[in-house]
Amino acid sequence: MPPKLGVKGATKVYSTRSGDLLAIDRCSLDIMEGEIVSIVGPSGCGKTTLLWSMSGLHGLSAGEVQLDGVPVTGPNPDISMVFQDANLLPWRNLDANINFPFEIKGIKPDRIWVDELLNRVGLEGFGGRFPRELSGGMQQRAALVRALSFKPSVLLMDEPFGALDAFTREEMNRLVEEIWLDTKITIVLITHSIEEAIFLSDRVVVLSPRPGRVANIHTVPFARPRSPEIMATKEVFDLTNAIKQEIVGTQQSRYADRDAAMAESLPAAQ
Amino acid sequence: MSETDAIPVFKSKADGGSDVGITNMSALTSGPGIKSAGEVFAVILVAVIVVGGMELALNIFDVPQYVLPKPSEIAVALVYDFHFIAPHLGHTLVELFGGFAIGASVGLILAAVITQFPFVEKIVTPYILLLVTTPMLALVPLLILRFGFGYEPRIIAVALASGPMVMINAATGFRRVDQGKIALARSYGASTLQIFWKIRAPMALPMIFVGLMVGSIFGLLTAVGAEMVGGGFGLGNRLTSYSSMIQMPQFFAVVLILSILGILIYVLFFLLGKRYASWEA
Repeated sequence: MPPKLGVKGATKVYSTRSGDLLAIDRCSLDIMEGEIVSIVGPSGCGKTTLLWSMSGLHGLSAGEVQLDGVPVTGPNPDISMVFQDANLLPWRNLDANINFPFEIKGIKPDRIWVDELLNRVGLEGFGGRFPRELSGGMQQRAALVRALSFKPSVLLMDEPFGALDAFTREEMNRLVEEIWLDTKITIVLITHSIEEAIFLSDRVVVLSPRPGRVANIHTVPFARPRSPEIMATKEVFDLTNAIKQEIVGTQQSRYADRDAAMAESLPAAQ
Repeated sequence: MSETDAIPVFKSKADGGSDVGITNMSALTSGPGIKSAGEVFAVILVAVIVVGGMELALNIFDVPQYVLPKPSEIAVALVYDFHFIAPHLGHTLVELFGGFAIGASVGLILAAVITQFPFVEKIVTPYILLLVTTPMLALVPLLILRFGFGYEPRIIAVALASGPMVMINAATGFRRVDQGKIALARSYGASTLQIFWKIRAPMALPMIFVGLMVGSIFGLLTAVGAEMVGGGFGLGNRLTSYSSMIQMPQFFAVVLILSILGILIYVLFFLLGKRYASWEA
């Protein structure tokens, strides 16, 4: 059985005005069917680049991404993306927004499934509302419904709840877990919140500062559904600290060279 | 290693909300709304005072009609001479709609095409600016020389005046690309054409309405101006004719019709903007 999503030596170079920029460097990662994997790492380490490569939205400079063993070369109907902000189209009401993927694909939506999703996220009866009439949490829930509406087998989430307040965020985390329990969909999630990563994931992947490499992979051993109480256990506390150390530690080392150079250039103290 | 695509940057809030562009529809849709009966009363009262006050002042100071006719005289002229002015209104409307339809269509298509090719846009922009800033009325004598005294020179002038105005505003709209929304469409496998119709065009719509409004008002100006330059019909022709005959009430009746026409155009695009582009305001 090949992994659901296989990342093989993914490398991405951006050509910028100030020269080539190596965003991710030989990232390899196998994500199994039904797994939830989080990617964490310092800002600018290439998390989004890695996720976009998985979605087929942009190509790789070297290496490849495979879905069920088949190389991903472009947007794939089995892979769905949830973006940083809800990314709803402001000129469409909720119904029309959820209908958007079907319009593009030229297929009929499965009304029963879409209504079930809307019910599940508590948005039934809001179909006529426009995005600006919805709260941030409702918008992101709508985006989640839109992403799941066409029954993809992989859900990629790019810092989906970063703009939400802490309570809404926890609510969204529980919602994602509920949806996973229903569908057992494979989820890859980018997040800045280590707590979120631990609460949701089977494995947490830590990327190094740019160029992003897979620095470490932590397994989160708790069974689902996970109660919020597990977040207060010593195991979670230790795991959180370990991951934090890895991220912050690598960031410090980035400045260590510069600090040393600066210290040398300073005149000696009298 | 020859990938040249840009680094994806997605900051919804930091980019100013990304849904809201540089410009918005506020110029079109944020006029103060009338909310209560008291406000309606106040508006009517002020109108009565202004018109009545003019009537009274012109009576008291005995201002001759050829200097400024009384509102009542203008109203009488409007009613009694309307059957005579109406055909001219029709001619002006034909010129306005004909010219505007041509100008706006060409402007819209050019804007949509040109913004897809930044290099072409760079080359073409100075000429568009030249067309926007040059009063097209200046060309009317030349156009009359070439096309005679019929509709043609006027329709051409209206098209030349409104087209670039529509184009420059629409181009501003089409240039507002939200990479996040385009990526969303692409993730569903959207084609370039689908991205244009389902993302770029709706995003440009508010600016297109601004362009259509400004362009149509420019078209009206140019139509009336062209009618004043030459030819025996149209509201502009009525203006020159009535003023030369010192028929001031009739003259002002025509001015009044032109004002109402201008307001109707404004209201039309106001309502269209409210209906189809209010998501941005």
